[in-house]
Amino acid sequence: MSVQMPRHLISIDDLDRAGIERVLDRAESFAEISGREIKKVPALRGRTVVNLFYEASTRTSSSFELAAKRLSADVVNVKSTGSSIEKGESLKDTVRTLSAYDPAAIVIRSPHAGAAQLVAGWTDAAVINAGDGKHEHPTQALLDVFTLRRRFGSLDGLKIWIVGDVTHSRVARSNVLAFTRMGAEVTLCGPPTLIPREIETLGCTATPTLDRLSEADVVYVLRMQHERMTDSFVPSLREYAAQYQINSRRLRPDQLVMHPGPVNRGVELSAATIDSPQALIGDQVKAGVAVRMAVLYELLVGSPVLAAVA
Amino acid sequence: MATQRLFSAPRPGADLLIRGGHVLDPRAGLDEPRDILIRDGRIAELGTPDGLPADDGVEVVDAAGWHVFPGFVDPHVHLRTPGQEYKEDIDTGTAAAAAGGYCAIVAMPNTAPTVDSAAVLGALIERAEHEARVPVGFLASVTRGLRGEELTEMAELRERGAIGFTDDGKPVVSAGMLRKALQYQRLCGGIIALHEEDPALSQHGVMHEGAVSARLGLAGIPSLSESTMIARDAALARYEEARVHFQHLSAVESVEALAAAKEAGARVSGEASPHHLILTDNAVRTLDTRFKMNPPLRAERDRRALIDGLRSGVIECVATDHAPHAVHEKEVPFEQAPMGVTGLETAFAALYTELVLPGELPLATLVERMTAGAELYGLPAPRIAVGRHAGLCLVDLDGRFTVGEGGYVSRSSNCAFHDRTLQGQVLLTVAAGAVAYRRPMLVRGEERVG
Repeated sequence: MSVQMPRHLISIDDLDRAGIERVLDRAESFAEISGREIKKVPALRGRTVVNLFYEASTRTSSSFELAAKRLSADVVNVKSTGSSIEKGESLKDTVRTLSAYDPAAIVIRSPHAGAAQLVAGWTDAAVINAGDGKHEHPTQALLDVFTLRRRFGSLDGLKIWIVGDVTHSRVARSNVLAFTRMGAEVTLCGPPTLIPREIETLGCTATPTLDRLSEADVVYVLRMQHERMTDSFVPSLREYAAQYQINSRRLRPDQLVMHPGPVNRGVELSAATIDSPQALIGDQVKAGVAVRMAVLYELLVGSPVLAAVA
Repeated sequence: MATQRLFSAPRPGADLLIRGGHVLDPRAGLDEPRDILIRDGRIAELGTPDGLPADDGVEVVDAAGWHVFPGFVDPHVHLRTPGQEYKEDIDTGTAAAAAGGYCAIVAMPNTAPTVDSAAVLGALIERAEHEARVPVGFLASVTRGLRGEELTEMAELRERGAIGFTDDGKPVVSAGMLRKALQYQRLCGGIIALHEEDPALSQHGVMHEGAVSARLGLAGIPSLSESTMIARDAALARYEEARVHFQHLSAVESVEALAAAKEAGARVSGEASPHHLILTDNAVRTLDTRFKMNPPLRAERDRRALIDGLRSGVIECVATDHAPHAVHEKEVPFEQAPMGVTGLETAFAALYTELVLPGELPLATLVERMTAGAELYGLPAPRIAVGRHAGLCLVDLDGRFTVGEGGYVSRSSNCAFHDRTLQGQVLLTVAAGAVAYRRPMLVRGEERVG
C-alpha cells in the first residue's frame, strides 16, 4: 500500500483520509479475528506495549490492553495510582524509566493537553494518544468512524450532530476532525456556556438549540459531567436534561445514537434510548478492540520500513 | 539629596573611543556617524568620524558600519531574587540585560518573600550594590504579600529607594484597595504599575481564548479580562488624579481602552512586550511551553493593534517582562507549565528583525520606545551627550545569530524566540559609565575578530 503511516498517533491530524481508511480496513480484518474462538495473532510477538494511564479509564485502557494481547505483545500497565507517579515522579522521568524496557509502543492517557506529544520527544517508542486533557482522543474517533462506516458504508454527506459539553470534550474535537475528513457534515449543539468561541474554525457549525435536530442522521451524545454544575456552566442537571436530553420524544426512529461512555442515564440520554436498537453504543465498544489492534499494527508493523525490519 | 533609585556594583569607569559608529539618539537629535570619547565613564567628547585622537590609555573601537544607541531601559524584569535564584539572580539577570544592550532595568517584587517591606527591599538593594552589572531599580508591592488585602508601607518603601509599586503577576482585584493606593501615592509619589486581569474572567485560562484554544481544548483567557480592568483602573486614576502605568498590554481592546483614557485626560501610560508584538496564539498550536505567558499571546488583530499603538505612541515603551523559569518547570504539559518567557537578550534583535526590517516601525522609533521606560518611571533617560555618564550600546545591524545557539547569558532558557535567526547583534554595552557587556571575541582594540 502506498499510504504512509505516521510514526505516532497523537492527533487525528496525523492521518489523512487515506490513512484513516487504511486503519479502518485493517480493523475490519481484526474484527473478523475477534469473532473466532482463538482471538490471537502473532503480529507483535516478542514486542512490548506500555499502557501509561494518568486518568481513570475503563473502556480505553481495557481495550488497549486486549488489543495488544490479541496481537501477542507483552503488555505493561502503569497507572498513576500505586506507582512512582504518586511519589511525584515527573512525566519525563516516568517515560524515560519505562523506555529503558525498550517498548515498541507507549499508549498514554493524561489529563493534560500535549502530554502525548511530549512523550514522543522522550522515547524511541511509537506513541499513541489515548486521550490528552480536553485536546484529542484519536482512537475514539477512529472507532466511531469505523462504527458508522460499517452501518452506512461511507460517511460522505452524512449529517452528524454532536450534542453536549463540547468545551470539555476531547472526543468532540477528535470526532469533528475525523468525521469531516471522512466527508460528513458536523453540527455541534450544547449550552452556549459549553461551546467554545470560534469552534466553527474546525470546519463545523454550532447551534445552541436542538430545534433542527431532525436534520441529523446520527446524534453523537457527549457525557455531561457533574462537576460542570458546580462551575455554573449549567444551572442544574434538571435544566440540562430539559433542554438537551436525547430521548424518544426528540428522535425519529431512524436516527442513530452514539455515546463515548460512560453514560449518565437519564441526563444526556434517556434510559429507553440507551437500550433501544437506535443506539450504537455496544457497537462502539466492540469496535474499540479491533480499531486499537489496527492502530498498533499499522504503527508497529504496517509501515513498509518497519515491516522490512520485522 | 534626592533618594537613590538605581543600584549597581561599583565598576571602573570606561576609557573608550568608539570611532565612526552611526549614532542614533532620538532624544539628543543625533542620527549620523560620530566619534564618541568616553573618559572615566563620562562622555568627554563627540566628534566627526575619525576626528578624535586616540589618547593614551583609551581603548579604540572601530565602529564604522555599526550603530550606537542610547542604552535600553527595561521597566519590567523578573530577577527572581530573593527566593528563586535557581531561575535567575541579580548577577545573571543583569548580565543578560547587558547582553541585550540594556543600561538600566526595573525588577518586579513578586519574589519569595515579596518585596513588601523596607527590610526586604534594603537587603535586595545591598545585593544589587554587590552584584548588579547594570543599574537596577526596584518596584515594591502595592499590597502585602500580593494578597490584595492591605497596603504596604509605601512611604517607607519609597524612602528606602523603591521606584514605585506593583502587584505584577497578579491584578489588584479590589477597586477599593487600588483606590487607596492611588490616594496614598499623593503622599509618597512613585508610579503604580498594574498587571491587568479580571480573575473572574481569566479563571483557569492558560492561553488566549480564540480559535486556537478551541482547537486545543485549552481553557482560554478572554481579551476582556485585561481590557475591562484597564478601563476600570483608568477611571480610578482619573478620579484620583493618580499616575498609573499599564503593564504588558496584549489585546486590541486594551490599546483602545488606553487611548480612550489618555483622550479623557488620565495620567496613564502603557508598555508592550516583544513577544506580544511579534508572535500570536498560532504559535501555541505546537504546545511548546516557551509560548506560555500571562497575558497570553493573542490573535493577529491584537498584534497589529499593539504595533500601531507602539508606532503612534499610545503605547510609550517596550518592556520585556523577562520571566525566567527552570528547564524542569517548563518541560511539562502546557497546562502545568508556569507562565513566563525570557527576553532581555533578544528584545532589540527580535523587534529589529520582525518590525523594523519589514517596515512596520522606524528604527528611531524603536530606539525611543526601548529607552522611554526611564522617563515613565522618573529615572534619568540615557542620552548620548557630552558630560553624561555613558549609557549606550554598540549594535551590528547586519549581524545575524540563532537564538540560544551558544546558550543564554540568563540562567534560564525559556525564550520565546528560541531557535529563531535574528538580525541586530549587540556587541558592546556601557552602563553607568562602565563596560557591562562585550560580545566574546569581537571587539579588541582596533581589531575586529569573528
